[in-house]
Amino acid sequence: MLRKGFAVAALGLAVLAGSLAGQASAATTNAEPKELAWSFDGPFGKFDKAQLQRGYKVYREVCSACHSMNLMYFRNLGQKGGPFYDPKYPNPNDNPVVKSLAHDIQVKDIDTDTGDPISRPAMPADKFPAPFPNEYAARASNGGSLPPDLSVMAKAREGGPNYIYSLLSGFKTPPAGLTMPAGKYYNPYYPGDLTGNWSGPADKVPEGGSIGMPPPLTDGKVTFDDGSPNKIADEARDVAAFLTWASEPKMEERKSFGFGAMIYLLIFSGLLYASYRKIWKNVAH
Amino acid sequence: MSGHSTYEPKTGFERWLDTRLPIIRFANDTIVTFPTPKNLNYWWTFGGVLAMMLGVQIVTGIILAMHYVPHVDYAFNSVERIMRDVNYGWLIRYTHANGASMFFLAVYIHMFRNLYYGSYKAPREVLWILGCVIYLLMVMTGFFGYVLPWGQMSFHGAVVITNLLGAFPVVGNAITTWLWGGFAVDDPTLNRFFSLHYLLPFVIAGVVGLHIWALHVPGNNNPTGVNVKSETDTVPFHPYYTVKDGFAMSLFLIMYAVFVFYMPNVLGDAINYVPANPLQTPQHIVPEWYLLPFYAILRALPNKLMGVLAMFGAIATLFVLPWLDTSKVRSMRYRPTARLYYFIFIFACLVLGLCGAHAPDDMVIPRVSGLQLLDSNINSYTWLSRIGALYYFAYFWVITPLLGLTETPLPVPESISSPVLSHPASAPAGATASPEKRG
Amino acid sequence: MADTVAGASPDPHVSGDDPNRRDFIHIAAGVAAVGLVGGLAWPFIDQMNPAGDTLALASIEFDLSKVVEGQQVVVKWRGKPLFVRYRTAKEIEAAIKDDHADLRDPATDESRHKPGKAQYLVLIGVCTHLGCVPNFRQGEYGGWLCPCHGSVYDTSGRIRKGPAPLNLAVPDYSFLSDTKIKVG
Repeated sequence: MLRKGFAVAALGLAVLAGSLAGQASAATTNAEPKELAWSFDGPFGKFDKAQLQRGYKVYREVCSACHSMNLMYFRNLGQKGGPFYDPKYPNPNDNPVVKSLAHDIQVKDIDTDTGDPISRPAMPADKFPAPFPNEYAARASNGGSLPPDLSVMAKAREGGPNYIYSLLSGFKTPPAGLTMPAGKYYNPYYPGDLTGNWSGPADKVPEGGSIGMPPPLTDGKVTFDDGSPNKIADEARDVAAFLTWASEPKMEERKSFGFGAMIYLLIFSGLLYASYRKIWKNVAH
Repeated sequence: MSGHSTYEPKTGFERWLDTRLPIIRFANDTIVTFPTPKNLNYWWTFGGVLAMMLGVQIVTGIILAMHYVPHVDYAFNSVERIMRDVNYGWLIRYTHANGASMFFLAVYIHMFRNLYYGSYKAPREVLWILGCVIYLLMVMTGFFGYVLPWGQMSFHGAVVITNLLGAFPVVGNAITTWLWGGFAVDDPTLNRFFSLHYLLPFVIAGVVGLHIWALHVPGNNNPTGVNVKSETDTVPFHPYYTVKDGFAMSLFLIMYAVFVFYMPNVLGDAINYVPANPLQTPQHIVPEWYLLPFYAILRALPNKLMGVLAMFGAIATLFVLPWLDTSKVRSMRYRPTARLYYFIFIFACLVLGLCGAHAPDDMVIPRVSGLQLLDSNINSYTWLSRIGALYYFAYFWVITPLLGLTETPLPVPESISSPVLSHPASAPAGATASPEKRG
Repeated sequence: MADTVAGASPDPHVSGDDPNRRDFIHIAAGVAAVGLVGGLAWPFIDQMNPAGDTLALASIEFDLSKVVEGQQVVVKWRGKPLFVRYRTAKEIEAAIKDDHADLRDPATDESRHKPGKAQYLVLIGVCTHLGCVPNFRQGEYGGWLCPCHGSVYDTSGRIRKGPAPLNLAVPDYSFLSDTKIKVG
């Protein structure tokens, strides 16, 4: 009977889990993000270094015009597991590629002799500079919308990289009957409620929302150094991978540590079970 | 603690210490020779799992506090710094964050095991009440801890929960303002929540000490619910239960590790990786999964004060349970009718959890518009949670007292050893009990 | 085993097969448990070591043209003061003269600066006694005097008097150009 109870409980848990996964509030809708196969999927997944490098280029040349990444330092690009990691330089501050990538970017600083604010080329220990000095400036330049910080974006959205990829490559011309306000763009993957903009039948309101970001990518917008294809979908996929790495730079370390931990725990459990059987061998219970 | 001590100091030092601070005697009587019923099943191993989880949470928590900054401007980034820059910080933080869920999972299993086998009944009422106190402290600690990363869900969760107290007439607003230390959830709130989050686990550890003390006076209940009659019914705690609990802990750790290493964020909410913004509430506010049933009870009632009282009442009910149960028989092995209501109760709790995860107006069965009943659609989670909440209270206040008076339990074995000796492992326990009685 | 009442239950208290017997499997399980705790202890200890962001700031570059002859500039490096001193010819001479004096921690002046850059002395400004910051150009040797317990250093930063056991430490540094050094 306990077994039956357990089965009921398991069933209930499954229902609960299923419904939690699919939860959505009534008003907000969005299209299910496309499921891509990522190199970092699964318990042994690893980031594709070349893809991360391309993704960084997309971020640097396109996204960084509006989006900050205030948890990222240039040194992160050269740390273990990062896009430009080089085993010759265990200290990423010495990595020449990282140094030159940093050097390309100007950061604000204070002149220690005069106290005046200055601009100087970045060093590996510097943060990625933010495109706007503050939230007000960011809103003023973007029609009132605030471009969110991208440091942990892949963790901060349901669907992670799939969502980022689908959003970036999924801009569509609004269907007939859908009027977008000025400075807003229709995207079926962006969670929102388009009822107010819809003049068609009430039960056919399109999925998605109106986003303040214009379609950022175009075919061939970023030229990759390795000559990889650069259609919108390629650029979106690569930058989504880069943002996933930026959100979880320790993911590879976590998975490999986890593998060792699992093996150890399995052996440990086996030993304990054998010990348990031996100790209880003569006790009826 | 109870009974006579069998400890005999062996060395000179032990004898010297034993007359001054009998700590070895104490440890020996508590975890070595303590006579434990020999028929405890795996559901009993969760006490050990819980002790382990408390230890894990305290150790990882102390470490996190070395790196965390309880200030609204730095809290979010300091947590991410732990994830990115601190050596093994990702491991420690994910262990702690998922540890909360594992802790609650284990405590719920522990409590449901208790309900099934009637462990709360005399003479273990104080043991049960101390357990309820621990649970209450855990809920508070979990809530304070969830606020600390200062993401969107942290912040708005704190707003919603602290506003609950505003429901009380006259003093409500004063209490909320006092709790906040201001006119909204802000820096002073975060600071005091951090302080309390650090403090409460040690209070829990203290109450756990009392809980174990209260356990060692009457001794463990057991799956038959029959009192220990003789020494043949028991085995010493060590090595019999140290190894069994150890094995169960190891299995529990495997499941825990799967979460920590392969899906560390699956139990959390993505929106909590968005830094707190007091100017904008996320679309859908939900507490962590372990509080969802209570959240559903809160929302089941249309009136704010009534909802709050119902939610607190749901926990308060647990404290008086030992006096609501009129049954002479402890274990539901011998109470088939009670068993049925018990499984419905588990189901009701799961349904309440489901309701807590959904917006009240969401449809339970998609695309079926039911009748409007009073304030809500009959096919909405509002009505489902009302049914669930009704059953929750009815189970404790109506079913449990009445059933004890009206049901006919199956024959109960004379002692722990008697059914043990004859029960074929696969047959239902109830079936084995009756021939036992006849024989 | 459950069916036969008679053979089923030797009382564990009188059992001849002592469950406490330390045989292989129990030892292995015990060792694995200790290993588990030990293995987890390392991350818990290592987390207190300098974090990634702290290590990233560990090296600094410094422009020597900011130091005037006869003066020193103090910069913060790894949370500690770093003395960068532009020595006068007289101070260098005094330091070399004492190379073979009775020194507590013998070192030639030559070994305390980079070749051909005798005028620049780069030292960690932490007294080797108990960590105070010595004052510039005080004490009878014209080097440094520690205000805490009166350790006296000469113009090469060598300990000459007082309780400190060692000379002021020279950090790892290198010249990037004629006037620029990288420390760390």
